[in-house]
Formats: sequence, C-alpha cells, structure tokens
Amino acid sequence: MAKGAQVEIGNRSGLAHIEVRGMTMAYGDFLIQKDLNFTINQGDIFIIMGGSGCGKSTLLRHLVGLHPPAAGEVLYQGSSFWQLAPNERNALMRRMGVLYQGGALWTAMTLAENIALPLEEYTSLTPAEVNELVSYKLSLVGLKGFEDYYPSEISGGMQKRAALARAMALDPETLFFDEPSAGLDPVSARLLDDLIIELRDSLGATIVVVTHELASIFAVGNNSVFLDAASKTMIAEGDPKRLLTETENPIVRKFLTRGEEGYP
Amino acid sequence: MQSKSLTISYLTDNSVEISLLGDWCLTCEVVTWQSFQVQFEQYPEPPEKIDFVSSDLESWDSKLLLFLVKLDAYAQSRHIPVNWDGLPDGAKGLLRLATEVPERSGARRRTRTRSLVYRLGTWAMDGVEELTGLATFLGEWLLSIGRFFTGRASFRWVDFNRFLQSAGAGALPIVGIISLLVGAVLGFVGAVQLQMFGAQIYVADLVGLGVVREMGAMMTAIIMAGRTGSAYAAQLGTMQVNEEIDALRTMGISPMDFLVLPRTLALILMLPLLCLWSDALGILGGLLVGVSILDIALLEYLQQTKAAISLADIATGLIKSLIFAVVVSLAGCLRGLQSGRNSAAVGNATTSAMVTAILLIVIWDALTTIIFNRLGI
Ligand SMILES: Nc1ncnc2c1ncn2[C@@H]1O[C@H](COP(=O)(O)OP(=O)(O)O)[C@@H](O)[C@H]1O
Ligand SMILES: [Mg+2]
Repeated sequence: MAKGAQVEIGNRSGLAHIEVRGMTMAYGDFLIQKDLNFTINQGDIFIIMGGSGCGKSTLLRHLVGLHPPAAGEVLYQGSSFWQLAPNERNALMRRMGVLYQGGALWTAMTLAENIALPLEEYTSLTPAEVNELVSYKLSLVGLKGFEDYYPSEISGGMQKRAALARAMALDPETLFFDEPSAGLDPVSARLLDDLIIELRDSLGATIVVVTHELASIFAVGNNSVFLDAASKTMIAEGDPKRLLTETENPIVRKFLTRGEEGYP
Repeated sequence: MQSKSLTISYLTDNSVEISLLGDWCLTCEVVTWQSFQVQFEQYPEPPEKIDFVSSDLESWDSKLLLFLVKLDAYAQSRHIPVNWDGLPDGAKGLLRLATEVPERSGARRRTRTRSLVYRLGTWAMDGVEELTGLATFLGEWLLSIGRFFTGRASFRWVDFNRFLQSAGAGALPIVGIISLLVGAVLGFVGAVQLQMFGAQIYVADLVGLGVVREMGAMMTAIIMAGRTGSAYAAQLGTMQVNEEIDALRTMGISPMDFLVLPRTLALILMLPLLCLWSDALGILGGLLVGVSILDIALLEYLQQTKAAISLADIATGLIKSLIFAVVVSLAGCLRGLQSGRNSAAVGNATTSAMVTAILLIVIWDALTTIIFNRLGI
C-alpha cells in the first residue's frame, strides 16, 4: 500500500473523496432511507448521525461495499464503486479500514493474529516484519504487550481499540467507525476522540464516524449528514457546530440539544 | 539500496544528521535496521544529538514509523537525545502516539516448555477433573429432573415442544432412509451366505434379530448424536460466547433447568420412538431383499420374522436406546456448557460432544450385549 499522498496532504484536503448520489437503501421491500446526496471530502472527519434504527449502520455497510444500494451510486474519487470490476472493487476495499459496532475481532485468534491476518494476506512482508508492525499498531492504540491475548480476555474498551488497530493494519486511506465510543467510559471515549483526530492529522486519512454521542460529534466532526427515521431521508448536512447554531429544522435541533430545544 | 533510503552525516558539532530519502512504504525496499546500525556505529564516539532532514522524503507509511520506533528505543538505550523536528508532522504525531502509553508491566506472556513429568501430571489431573465434571453434571441433572417432577424447575414448554419436533419428527426421514438401507444390506450379505445351505428363509431371523436387538438402537443413537447432540453443543456453546448463559445465572435461572432439561427430556422421549421406527424400516429393508432376490413369499417372510423376534428382544433394544438418549443429550449439553468463549472453542465443543457420545454409545452397547447374554435375555 504505497501512500504517496501523505506528504502532500495539505493540498489534497478539500477534494471530494466519497460522493453519494441519489442513493436509496432498502432491505428487500423494506425502505430504510431514500434520496441521499452528500459528499465526503479528503481529510474530513465526517459524522453520520441520527436516532437509533434510522439506518446509520446500514449506510456504513453501503459505503464500505458490503451491500449494494437499491438505487443511486457511491463514487470513490469519481469512479462508481458498484460499477467497478470485482477485482478493482476488492483493491479499493483493501484501502478502507472498518471498525464494526461490536468490534468484530476474530475470537479464535490472538490480537496479534487478528492484526497480522490482513498483513500476511496482502503484503509480502517477512514474518519478523509483520510482528514488528503488529506491535507498532498495538502501541498506537495503547495496547503494547497484549499481542498474545485473546479478545475474550480483555475489556470491552480494549477490544474496541484492538479492533481499531486491526482496521489500521494496511494503512487505509479511509477509516469507517461504527459507534466507536458506545460502551466506553467518558474518559476512554474522550481519548478515543483524540485518537481519531490524531489519526486523521497524522495518517492523513479520511474518517467516517457513525455516532450519536453529542460530545464526540462536536469534538471531532467537521462535516456531517443527519438521517431521519420518520421521513426516511437526510434532513441536514454540514459542520455539526454550524448546524447547532443555524439549523431551523426542529428534529435536528432537538437531537443536537438533547431534546431541550425544537418541537414547540 | 541503502544509499537510496537515507544518508547519515556527521557534523562538526558532534551531532548526526539523518536525511530520509525517497519512498518509505511497506512494499518498498529500504535500509535494514542492521545495516543502518553498522553505518551509524562507524563513527567512533556516540554523537551528542540526532537530527532529521526529510525534505527529500517522497512518501511514507508505517514502514517509516517502524524504523523511527526502533531508533527511538536504540537512542534511549545509548542515551543519545533525538530531535524529531525535521520529520513530517504526521510521522511525529504517530511516533508520539506509539510511544505515549508505556507497555503495561506483566502484560506480556511467556511460553514455557514443561518437563515430561509435569505434562504427564497435568494430563492426569485434567483427566480427574474431567471425570469429576462429568459426575457433577450427572448429579445436577438428576436433581434438576427431581425439580421438574415436583414442578419447581423453570422451564419453557415452547422450547420443549420445539425440541420434541426437531428431535422427533424432524429426524424421521434420515433415520428411516439409513435404517432401510442397512436392513437391506444386512439381508443381502446374509442371503449370500445362507443360500449356500438352502437356508435363505433364515434371512428373516438374521435381519429381524440384528436390527431389533442391536442395529436399530445403535444407528439411531449415532445419527442423533451427529444430528441433535452436536446441535445442542453448538447452541449452548454460542450462548456461552455471547454471555447468554451468564445472563441466565445472574437472573437466578438455572441453565440446567432452563437449557439442559428440555433438550435432554425431548431426546429421551423421542429416541426410543425413533428406535421403533428404525426397527420397522430395517425389517422392511430385509424384506425387500428377501422377497425380490431370494423369492421368499411375503407372508412367509413376515411369519418367520414374527416367530424370530420376541417382545424381550424389542425391549432390549428400547432399553439400550433410552440409555443412548441420556448419553447423547447429556454429552451435547455438557460440552456446550463447557465451551470456551470463542468461535474455535464452539467448534471443539461440537466435535467433542460427538466423540464423547459415540464412544459412550459403543462402550455401553458392548457392556449390555454381554450382560444380556449372560442373563440369557
Ligand atoms: N439485515 C437486516 N434485514 C432487515 N432489516 C434490517 C437489517 N439490518 C437492519 N435492519 C433494519 O434497518 C433499520 C436500520 O438499521 P441500522 O442501520 O442498524 O440502524 P442504526 O441507525 O441504529 O445503525 C432498522 O429498522 C433495522 O430494523
Ligand atoms: Mg448501528
């Protein structure tokens, strides 16, 4: 995974990285969201927000290529994801890292094996180099020394961080986080937020975060989309801090102020 | 090759300047740590400071960070201060993250090789533990049965009905087909031998007795061990992984009553019935061979079968199958509850449930055959 972009991040940011055009998401006949149109720029920390069950995880699954949209398209740097040949699509998926809602570490493997698997699969590194890289990735998330632990032997927060280390194994260009701070104590959640910002700044990655933690939304996000479960479409987009002061939409206001404002 | 990825210059103020060059990516060839160290230590005295220049660095990723992390540790061990300022901002940030949280002491695991005696001892102790585990489980299960009959076991009849369905009616086709075929094979093999003596009519005795006393019970038990016992192990093992069993315990619901009891009772009720079904189809298989190949009249075959089998023979098979049901269902549930908390452990639990059940079935079958034989039943 050569990453020629890193030294010139500054000038690349602001370019469209992922574009969603007229997308409809459905499970069979069951419509989840329709008419989704938004753009995620290079270097963004992009927040997908909305109430429980509005389709945030579903949208993430569409963005990472686990699920084809019922209508519309997802463009990665201009090329339509679902129109690519399967091998090109796989190559593109390898440049993404995903942190699933439940962590989704492979429980039968140690943390080291979890992180080593993509490295062994997609790079020609020697076993010694893989081991070094695994230790380095674990040290990035503060888990140095836990190489030989199984996921069931560490706490939930540590599992989340280990899953993050696995998501970063191949130095992805785009990182997707599904509710990264859910189930973490406030201090760990805050550290994770800092880590997300640090990773964007250092890796130059584009980061897409599903979350409904208001503190995280305002702390890390610089762009966002708000999905509404009732009208089954997006009802706001833009910088969350700006949305808070500017939006007229009562549902968004209510969400961003924890129900203290909005709805007369 | 090493000239491409970095140069080391020794400056007059007794400091060293490392210039990073070209591409530092996971798939690129860069200077190895060993050759860097050799190059670095050419200078007789350790330098007072290390500086970086990265103006000619084209691209970088984790590869560069691996080098920097090593350099950091190396410099610290030799007490050389490093000034990271010349590095790209991102690399500095990542390096800070990687070195920020010190390794938790005692976290790392060491593997030790043990002596033969030690391993033998552990093995024996594991064996004892396994046996006590088995006995405890059996005891708890009997207590749970007691609670069931006094109406104090928490138990969902919906679950029970579902298990009855899947362990009973759901198993009819597979048990039927296998019994029919085994009956036919038995009949055919017997026929070839018996025909030589003109005693082909005794095929009915051979198939009838063989199926009713032995094969019927044994085949059903083995099929059900593969079909239902292992399913029990997989279900309970997965519940173990998801902490569902812990959730039951903390609510004061006994997993034994709630999970094990309905499964075992369902199989204990159904296996003898399946055994009768298997007996009938085994005899039918023999009959098909007898009538079609040996030209025995249908009625004659049936009469011969009826004369050969006594009620005691059928009872023998049923008693065996009752015990097999206990063995299969308990092995499945026990292994499921003993399962570890990961996907491989659930697989092991399933395999081990099968192996335990089949082993116990065969041992028990051999024992009863000998006992019944001695008792003249
Ligand atoms: N595999 C599935 N099949 C059918 N419906 C699903 C499936 N997964 C999720 N849903 C439905 O889609 C909706 C959105 O789910 P999800 O994207 O998980 O919501 P959230 O915004 O909380 O992440 C929910 O109403 C859920 O019931
Ligand atoms: Mg979700």
